[in-house]
Amino acid sequence: MLRFVAARLLQSLVALAIISVVVFVLARATGDPLYLILPMSASQEDFDNARRYLGLDRPYLEQYLSFVGRAAIGDFGTSLRARRPVSELIRERLPNSLKLAVFAMGVSLAMAFPLGIMAAVHKGSGLDRLAQIVSVLGQSLPTFWVAILLVEFVAGRLQWLPAGGIEGFTSYILPGFTLGWFVVAGLMRLLRSGMLEVLDSEYVKLARVKGLGEGRVIWLHALKNALIPVITFAGIYFAILVTTAIVVETVFAWPGLGRLAYEGISSRDFPVIQAVVLTTAAIVAVVNLCVDCLYALIDPRIRYAR
Amino acid sequence: MPAEPTAATLSEAAVAVDAVPRRGWRLPRFPLVVIGLFVAVAVVAPLLGLPDPTAQALRDRFRPPAWQEAGSWTHPLGTDRLGRDLLSRIVWGARVSLAAGVLTVLAASAFGAAVGLTAGYYGGRVDAVLMRVTDATMSFPVILLALILAVTVGPSFANVVTAIAVILWARYARVIRGQVLTLMQLDFVAQARIAGAGPWRIITRHLLPNTLGTLLVLVTLQIGYVIIVEASLSFLGAGIPPPTPAWGSMIAEGRDFVTSAWWVSLFPGLAILLVVLAFNLLGDWLRDTFDPKLRQL
Repeated sequence: MLRFVAARLLQSLVALAIISVVVFVLARATGDPLYLILPMSASQEDFDNARRYLGLDRPYLEQYLSFVGRAAIGDFGTSLRARRPVSELIRERLPNSLKLAVFAMGVSLAMAFPLGIMAAVHKGSGLDRLAQIVSVLGQSLPTFWVAILLVEFVAGRLQWLPAGGIEGFTSYILPGFTLGWFVVAGLMRLLRSGMLEVLDSEYVKLARVKGLGEGRVIWLHALKNALIPVITFAGIYFAILVTTAIVVETVFAWPGLGRLAYEGISSRDFPVIQAVVLTTAAIVAVVNLCVDCLYALIDPRIRYAR
Repeated sequence: MPAEPTAATLSEAAVAVDAVPRRGWRLPRFPLVVIGLFVAVAVVAPLLGLPDPTAQALRDRFRPPAWQEAGSWTHPLGTDRLGRDLLSRIVWGARVSLAAGVLTVLAASAFGAAVGLTAGYYGGRVDAVLMRVTDATMSFPVILLALILAVTVGPSFANVVTAIAVILWARYARVIRGQVLTLMQLDFVAQARIAGAGPWRIITRHLLPNTLGTLLVLVTLQIGYVIIVEASLSFLGAGIPPPTPAWGSMIAEGRDFVTSAWWVSLFPGLAILLVVLAFNLLGDWLRDTFDPKLRQL
């Protein structure tokens, strides 16, 4: 197990290194940021000074290495626009994003589990039909459109919930549901198909023959094994959640990492873009690492297969 | 004495066998009709005699749909902030969305399949390296890359397609590689090798055809996903730049006026929903029919 974790950790680090190079190259390709931060009347001398001050005159390799070295200890430089350390911005925004993501994930799990399992148990029933409609719709509705409609009707016309910002629990509800919608659809579908497969297996039949109650068979014996595909895909769904969050945070004016990325990109703020992308990638990598370890813990076959 | 079976009776028998209703073989009508309709309309858009989708008429701004009191049949779905005809913009937007969806998925699936086939065939170190790159790609949020590209090189159709394809191929590579690993253990690959077939021949003639079904399912399921991502990017202002009509940017333009002119944002969203729903349903059907093992995609 330890060897598996070590190998898997190394993989994550390699993946992060690749991403850091990509991010660095792409960010440098955005054109000269000095045109954005210096006034129109700036002289050539001002440009040279600013370039030297920001370290933009050094060779690219040197810029990259110092960037990675400092990023490793959480120093992402100064935001070109806000003129504040990027790490401060991230520290401000990250908790908001995490809170929203956790809320959305919680909502998704609370909805997907009962619905997915019951749909499989009562295959072909009205509930199953409903579950399938929810799952197909969840993957076909454009998030930002749903968000706009919710803001207009639930927040605007009915005045039931706040339209945006982050004040109190009620402001979580709309963005949380919008964000979780897609994940509900995917998770439910996985659970349903996993359960259908497992419920048909020999050991579940044996459990029934042994005289176990139906509740015990479903929730204990069957669910345990139906969870395996769910765990495999949990990492992918998390990455999707992170991506969707950019759109959701933008529409609901949620002061999170996603909106920071959007703002950073519209003002060509290199350090902010780099920091947001790397932080996001690191979070996704850590989650994937945990998921894989959990997976190996549950299913010993994985430990030896790799 | 029974008659000798002639070619005719044989083919009749074959027809009879075919006529036996096979479970799950009913063509899905709704998705095919919707996709067919949108594709047809998108292809013949210039011949439909619709008003110019980019022609502004400020006197006609915010006309409601025809069935509303103030609406008229000159603009069946109403007009937007600049008096542009919404129906015409949605029709022309279909070209953008469908083209983006199809092109992206084709590029991604071709590259992804090539990587997956190579990794699965050669195994060992080649496989390890390729799969690490695949994993790294998969964990990169698509929209972030597209946003960066949009600002670095400027928002354009080509950049949207590139940004999405550059990430999307990884999914194909993973799935195809998994399949190839299974195929490699079957006898026909070993036999092909004994018969003297080289790697190129085995990959293109023996492995690739066996993965086409999976590819088709994935491609169909992902066209819908790509259309949504493209629309999200256009919505964020990082997709297809104006004045080209794109569904995502149309929704964004209507966003500030939802209270008074709901139709500007509503109809393009419905168009996205319909098309994506159709592709997802078709993909589901293809998977259930041809490749039930893929259930989890």
